[in-house]
Amino acid sequence: MTTPAIMLMVLSLLIVWGGLVVSIFVLRARPERADYPAGGDDDHREDDHVVEHDT
Amino acid sequence: MSAPSTQDTSPPREQFTGQVGFILSAIGSAVGLGNIWRFPGVAYENGGGAFMVPYVIALLTAGIPILFLDYALGHRFRGGPPTAFRRVKTWLESLGWFQVMICFVIAIYYAAVIAWALSYFVYSFGLQWGDDPAAFFTGDYLQLSDTANGGPWFSLDFVPAVLIPLVLVWVATLAVLAGGVAKGIEKANVIFLPVLVIAFSVLVVRAIFLDGAGDGLNALFTPDWGALGDLNVWIAAYGQIFFSLSVAFGIMITYSSYRKRKANLTSPGLVVAFSNSGFEMLAGIGVFAALGFLAHEQGVAVADLEGLTGPILSFVTFPAVISQMPAGALFGALFFGSLALAGFTSLISILQVVSASFQEKFGLSRRQATLWIGLVAAALSVIGMATTTGLIALDTIDNWSNQIGIVASAVIMCIFFVWLLHKGPELRYHLNAVSTFQVGRWWYACVGVIVPAILAYMLVSRIVDLVQNPYEKYDETYLLYAGWGTLVVLVVGAVVLTLPRWRRSPDEFTPWPAFPPSVTTTSKEAAR
Repeated sequence: MTTPAIMLMVLSLLIVWGGLVVSIFVLRARPERADYPAGGDDDHREDDHVVEHDT
Repeated sequence: MSAPSTQDTSPPREQFTGQVGFILSAIGSAVGLGNIWRFPGVAYENGGGAFMVPYVIALLTAGIPILFLDYALGHRFRGGPPTAFRRVKTWLESLGWFQVMICFVIAIYYAAVIAWALSYFVYSFGLQWGDDPAAFFTGDYLQLSDTANGGPWFSLDFVPAVLIPLVLVWVATLAVLAGGVAKGIEKANVIFLPVLVIAFSVLVVRAIFLDGAGDGLNALFTPDWGALGDLNVWIAAYGQIFFSLSVAFGIMITYSSYRKRKANLTSPGLVVAFSNSGFEMLAGIGVFAALGFLAHEQGVAVADLEGLTGPILSFVTFPAVISQMPAGALFGALFFGSLALAGFTSLISILQVVSASFQEKFGLSRRQATLWIGLVAAALSVIGMATTTGLIALDTIDNWSNQIGIVASAVIMCIFFVWLLHKGPELRYHLNAVSTFQVGRWWYACVGVIVPAILAYMLVSRIVDLVQNPYEKYDETYLLYAGWGTLVVLVVGAVVLTLPRWRRSPDEFTPWPAFPPSVTTTSKEAAR
């Protein structure tokens, strides 16, 4: 491979896979928020309107 | 109406079991056929290594922002596109059904490509395409109608070699959908996605050690910096990111509606977006290393090879590579197995949009929705795609539903939600209230200006091109029915499905967290 091609390949991989690695670390460091606005309990009666006729 | 009494016994809305299940399912949806057969060729034709500049910029300024828009809409308004959009503005329900129709149409032909991949997975073991893979693909395998010499543009002559795997694909897809979000979709992705990544990685490693692989990678990565001054290269980069991420036609809206309310959205979204691009990069390296080998074996330059994208790359060019390499059968099985898996995990996400929307509007159970939608889609798929004219139909319908349907859907979404309904601040607040990665005001510029401007340009230039030049030089009457007719079906379907009454109104719904936030706290506290 030529030098410019190798450089571009390495750089592209560093950016895209580096972005992936960083985003995984960011997520692992703080998987969920510690604080949420009030409320927000999953009220299934409110948002579900699927009736399981077969159960 | 007996709705109130049944309401109390209805089961909870389905949910992914957690963050990992959601992320794997979303990656499984995003990583599809386009990552393998579209990205490498598009990058090669648009500046090689230099393409990575507009590609990364497009990922950051269009791909991730519009992914967040989908997540915010689905998660805040908790439903498939018709439910979610209706909860924003009643009349927007039809845009939701337009997206559902796009998914339905795509599923019909997408299943056929997975069926081809399965056939070729089997053919790999005996290298059954022989010395002329092109003639084998269109002749022996698809038995493609010879339209140039008076063959029909639409026939009902079934091709058993396509029909049998196609039926198997539909059975498997419906079985997964019937299993539900956690036990069907999530489980399938948790199993298939790691298998796909491992199989494809083995393939890429094998490819880069082939003779001539360096020439292929030179062709892919040698930068042509002059290309950066070409507007079309930038449009190609935005198009690739947009189509590759499976955004703006309901999938990510539907998937995010299955997350619990207190769930991180943006940080998993970044993992999904970078995983999708990471897989594309891997595919680029694997495909071009293999193409370098093919050029080396044929004694030509990589630039002289033909068929570097789409079905021809996969089903004509790759079989030629496989035939010429040592232990080609294994390589072929890995390639076509990967193609089938990547397609399958995307197909289930596409159909889940349709299933969820029908469950919600018509009060169907998951199994009823799966059965009815599945039967209709499978029947249309078999009639349209498993015949001697299947390839032509697939090619035409794909072009119109993607290049016009999805792009129009995205432009309309951005214009309506950001400009006409001013929902940008509310959606950004929602993302930030539940997520660890905070979205800044830059997001408005992306989803309000950059995405709609570039996609609108793409849309208009595509329409002009299709009006002026018959697509693939196909018969104009055929294109009128199969191409423009597809658009008519999308629009009419959207209108017709909006008209019936909801089995249970989705309108009595209060989004959480309330917006603007100050009102939330006060009213909630006052209520207590």
